[in-house]
Amino acid sequence: MERVGSLLRARGLCREYGTGAALVSAVKNIDLDVNAGETVAVMGPSGCGKSTLLHLLGGLERPSRGELQLAGRRMDGLSEKALARLRLSTIGFVFQAFHLVEELTAAENVELPALLAGRSMRAARARAAALLEEVGLSDRAGHLPSALSGGQRQRVAIARALSSEPEIVFADEPTGNLDSASTLDVLRLLERLRVAGQTLVIVTHDERIAATADRLISMRDGSFIEEMRLAHGSSTRLGELAGFER
Amino acid sequence: MGKVFLVSRLALADVRRHPLEAGLLLLAITAATATLALGLVLHGVTTSPYQRTRAATAGPDVVAGLVNLKLPPKVRKGPLRSGHETIFGTGEQPSKARTASFDALAHAPGVLAHSGPYPVAWATLGVHGITAGVAAEGRDRATANVDQPLVTKGSWVGSGDAVVEQGYANALGIHVGETITLNGHSFTVSGLAVTAAVPEYPDAESAFGVAPFPHPGLVWVTRAAAQNLAGTHPLSYLLNLRLRDPVKATAFVDARTNLPLSLVSAQTILQKDAKLVEVEQTALTIGSWLLGLLAIASVAVLVGGRMTEQARRVGLLKAVGATPALVASVLLLEDLGLALLAATAGLLIGWIAAPLLTTPGAGLLGSAGAPSLTIATIGLVTGVALAVALFATLAPALRASRLSTVRALANAARTPRRRVALIALSTRLPVPLLLGIRLAARRPRRALLGALSIAITVTTIVAVVTVRAHQASQKIAGFSAIDNPRTDRINHALLVVSVVLIVLAAINALFITWSTAIDARHQLAIARALGATPAQIGAGLTAAQLIPALPGIILGIPAGIILVAALSHGDKTVVPGTWSLIAVSAGTLLVVSALTTIPARIGARRPVAEILQAELT
Repeated sequence: MERVGSLLRARGLCREYGTGAALVSAVKNIDLDVNAGETVAVMGPSGCGKSTLLHLLGGLERPSRGELQLAGRRMDGLSEKALARLRLSTIGFVFQAFHLVEELTAAENVELPALLAGRSMRAARARAAALLEEVGLSDRAGHLPSALSGGQRQRVAIARALSSEPEIVFADEPTGNLDSASTLDVLRLLERLRVAGQTLVIVTHDERIAATADRLISMRDGSFIEEMRLAHGSSTRLGELAGFER
Repeated sequence: MGKVFLVSRLALADVRRHPLEAGLLLLAITAATATLALGLVLHGVTTSPYQRTRAATAGPDVVAGLVNLKLPPKVRKGPLRSGHETIFGTGEQPSKARTASFDALAHAPGVLAHSGPYPVAWATLGVHGITAGVAAEGRDRATANVDQPLVTKGSWVGSGDAVVEQGYANALGIHVGETITLNGHSFTVSGLAVTAAVPEYPDAESAFGVAPFPHPGLVWVTRAAAQNLAGTHPLSYLLNLRLRDPVKATAFVDARTNLPLSLVSAQTILQKDAKLVEVEQTALTIGSWLLGLLAIASVAVLVGGRMTEQARRVGLLKAVGATPALVASVLLLEDLGLALLAATAGLLIGWIAAPLLTTPGAGLLGSAGAPSLTIATIGLVTGVALAVALFATLAPALRASRLSTVRALANAARTPRRRVALIALSTRLPVPLLLGIRLAARRPRRALLGALSIAITVTTIVAVVTVRAHQASQKIAGFSAIDNPRTDRINHALLVVSVVLIVLAAINALFITWSTAIDARHQLAIARALGATPAQIGAGLTAAQLIPALPGIILGIPAGIILVAALSHGDKTVVPGTWSLIAVSAGTLLVVSALTTIPARIGARRPVAEILQAELT
């Protein structure tokens, strides 16, 4: 998909909590452009504002100040309903804590965005089956999240994020709750998405994940402090970068 | 001792932390206990006014009624039993056998004195454009030694005058000095009076055993006027007896069941007068049981909702060494303490409010005064309050005490239920219904409580509608529908119960929705992160309440009709019209939707990122 200019564009993005002496600036004056098909990693220590930034970019939180555009459309002034519609059609989320619905099976979790979009049960089911196949979990489709390993849960969450064919996927510490083997599985999956042209914004404090991106942004105390363009991700050295061999 | 102090302090601290929940719990149990106390303290409140009326009117111990509703083939002239003095005057005699019975009664052993027999003409009364049936009793101007009605306003009967029984006058709005018609003849109302010989309106009929129309009123006219009113129709008669031993009145009546007369004792008349308050008492007692059930649902919802919020607190207590028993004790003590407070408040409210509902009826003298609280009443009301709290709290308290410390500290909600069939069904439905069905299905106990709450409320509303339909059907052809004190009292009691019940059910609906929003906040935040709009989430939360409301309504409709039928003591129950029932169903659904919209909207607008982040902290 070719797009003139940035798919995601942020200018002077700020997020503050509290007032007066209790004012906390979680995100300070962020400028960011993400092109279609690009993978951007935002790195920084815990509490530096990475997750808040991701929530702002994905429309889960509203900025205190600044402009935000996604797919050429201003986001910062949109109503809750319009933001929800935008998330449904354009954005996919992957969370550190997976956030799968406990009482739904893997397949039912993946079907959820399609059903929310008003697609037919048959279409939602077919799409979920294809995505679970893609993430290698066809044989776990009928399992509840509690019966899946951490890595499997995150792969289900990734499949769910892709269900509505989003233009951009935001991943918040996608391997934060995973062991080394599961981390590698998820990394491989994210790499496949990158190669397939899926736009990705990943926040992490793990350098090994950041090294797989096209661009790496370092963040501290709510501000970007450094930006680095990587050659073409590091897919060929994935195992080495992840710190283990297979 | 230290442990007791600790448990008490923790329970008290929790009440202070959640004043709204504590207040609502108090309100729910108080509503049930106050209604129960009201029902219980009404017992026997008509006894004093009846005895007072009896003393003031030289009330009889036994009343014998002889009713002639058909024209006899021949009206005999002269004495019926030669050689014996008859108590009937010339030209008024009924059949020989019945006359003989009256005669025998008046001279029976144990009879100290008698008055009458007084002739009674069945007549149609007209006043203020109203027509109604009455028994017009012919009386002498002279004072009778047994049953001399006490004139409370105006004066006793004279030629062209009528004295109206006070309860009946009250129902028709008749005042002294007004003109009424009896079978088309005009009479001036010279006075209003009370009697202990005939049960007050609408039960005068029981003094005769039978009457040509239901619920006749009672008026007194002169003997001549009664004769004149009867015209060619035969007269009926009333004979009042005073016994040497009034306590044996019931035995006197029971020993003479073979007589072709209707005999009633003063005890029976007292019971008939007490019926006025009894219907009120029955409605309140049944209402209190319904409220008790509703209170269980309310308390269970409140406790369940609080447990969802309290998981972390339970974890903290257990982390610092509290045993499961101590945790359960804190939760139980809090609710049982509130239940005791509610029982006290309920008893006080019942005791204070009872005089408002215990007026003995206009046909008796004086008021009943404040009913007394007996030990049994206090015990029963307190027991019900504690049982409600225990029944609703025990299971959640034990479950919370057994919760793993780690899960509790993580504020992990109970694992929701998975209903495969409902999840599959929901995929074919629009988003609000998809969310609503899944929300309802994940907490079946809460859905059941919601359904129970609606079922009880609809049962009461349908019972009220059924009673109204029955009252409307009671209109007698040719007569106007006039105020029936018993109907008024039933309506009064039903109104009290319905209002309390509806308020409680409304609070339940609000709380169930809020508890659902809190409990499902994570699931709903995920749905919003995936693109569900706040409106869809709000509609889903409302749908989750409407789904259990439907079976509640379906159950409540027949339950309300059956309840009235069970209390009608064999009277035919009039089933309300289809449109009335449809209106009740639609109205209930509308009210539930409107009520749940507020907490649903608040719940749907909670910040998504905050909820999802909270899972990590």
